[in-house]
Amino acid sequence: MTNNQNARTSPAPATLPVMDGEAINRALRRIAHEIIERNPELASVILAGIPSRGVEIARRIAGIIESLGKSPIETGVIDVSMHRDDVGKRAELPRVRASWLPLPLENKTVIIVDDVFFTGRTARAAMDAISSFGRPARIQLAALIDRGHRELPIRVDYVGKNLPTAAGERVRLRLENVDGEPDAVWLIKEENA
Amino acid sequence: MTEPGKSETRWQRKDLLGIRELSAEEVTFILDTADAFKEVGTREIKKVPALRGKTLVNFFVEPSTRTRTSFEIAAIRLSADVINISATSSSLTKGETLKDTAKILEANHADIIVLRHGSSGAPQFLAERLRSSIINAGDGAHEHPTQALLDLYTIRERKGAVAGLHVVIIGDILFSRVARSNIFGLLKLGARVTLVGPSTLVPREFEKLGVTVSYDIDEVLPTADVVNLLRIQHERQRKEYFPGVGEYIRLFGLTKDRAKLLKPDCLIMHPGPINRGVEIDSELADGAQSVILDQVTNGLAIRMAVLYLCGGIATP
Repeated sequence: MTNNQNARTSPAPATLPVMDGEAINRALRRIAHEIIERNPELASVILAGIPSRGVEIARRIAGIIESLGKSPIETGVIDVSMHRDDVGKRAELPRVRASWLPLPLENKTVIIVDDVFFTGRTARAAMDAISSFGRPARIQLAALIDRGHRELPIRVDYVGKNLPTAAGERVRLRLENVDGEPDAVWLIKEENA
Repeated sequence: MTEPGKSETRWQRKDLLGIRELSAEEVTFILDTADAFKEVGTREIKKVPALRGKTLVNFFVEPSTRTRTSFEIAAIRLSADVINISATSSSLTKGETLKDTAKILEANHADIIVLRHGSSGAPQFLAERLRSSIINAGDGAHEHPTQALLDLYTIRERKGAVAGLHVVIIGDILFSRVARSNIFGLLKLGARVTLVGPSTLVPREFEKLGVTVSYDIDEVLPTADVVNLLRIQHERQRKEYFPGVGEYIRLFGLTKDRAKLLKPDCLIMHPGPINRGVEIDSELADGAQSVILDQVTNGLAIRMAVLYLCGGIATP
């Protein structure tokens, strides 16, 4: 067991602010509007957040949709740990959270909600996890940030911000309700990258 | 896909040998992981690909049905391939040493070995010599970690927390690996533990571990939040330890009369197999306070969690 304190021994990386709280809010509002536009039957939509920030983002999008005068939208939690494709390849394992989806999924549209869309492997695992709960009519994908570098043939349906990145860069996202820090997104450039 | 939040704890062990060497944080980590695996049992498809491609060997040198079955179902639900080996079907009966048998298992690419063995320390012996993950499914009178974890899980599930509870363990403590693992786990999570039984089976020396020893069950029961009744292990005993079944029931059996001393919300637990009418009255074992079947169901979630954690990390 270790406490991962983000301690780094390498030279201090450059940190560029990308989004502040207001920009994040605008991006989520745009996603909410797009979801409303593309899903005339909102009652059959389920927002399934990937822990832990995806769950918070799904909750916020659902709140925005409701604040626009629409009926409440169902949300769920989909943890992908048990469905990842790198079993036996990691030296340490993070906490697994229980998944929860409103059932049955038949005739529903499940929108996977992630914080940062990157290789596509998390989305693939999420689709696999959802299918163990039932067979929804369709699965879509929403992400606050799309940083590129796909490794699988998967695309995002709703995106808050496209953020072109280099392979060695990292995206740092903080959300008030999850991290206890103000909402913000940074791009972290490694000195040796 | 962002970096993990600060102070996020992570699992790093390939083996589960006992509760004693775990931190309270690690014990809680396993219980939390089991929450997620219990949820899998409610899905339409109760199988996840977490250990796809891994081979698990259930190596039970001592007889066991419930623990072996529980590990087998857990492994199947994690998509591992399972092989069962018992003492009589293994080459141990032909004089092969434990180490040689284990080396053969490893050479056959056994990624995870679940070991039940009559000698204390046998799992550790293997863990120090093999790259495979070793899970202790009971070694001699030493430890039975997954039993203690499922007991802790069941208590936490029913009571909300383990800290601050008074847990009374009754019966054959001296020979019990279940008792030892439970004592370590309960104390780590902040419970108060009292051991009750005949002085031959519950020596005062146990108080060195930080528990209370009592020989008067009627005095202890009224303050208990949980009573855990251990099986009288006839097979492990010599006669001089044991007062005789009739006398045991009179002094330490949980009879219907004696159960009236319990708080209405006191949980009754038993790791099984039950000697009905000896450790516990048959009606009580099936009664409203009994969580004996919960223990079995939770055992599956705990074993899935342990196999996922130990079997799922990269081995050196």
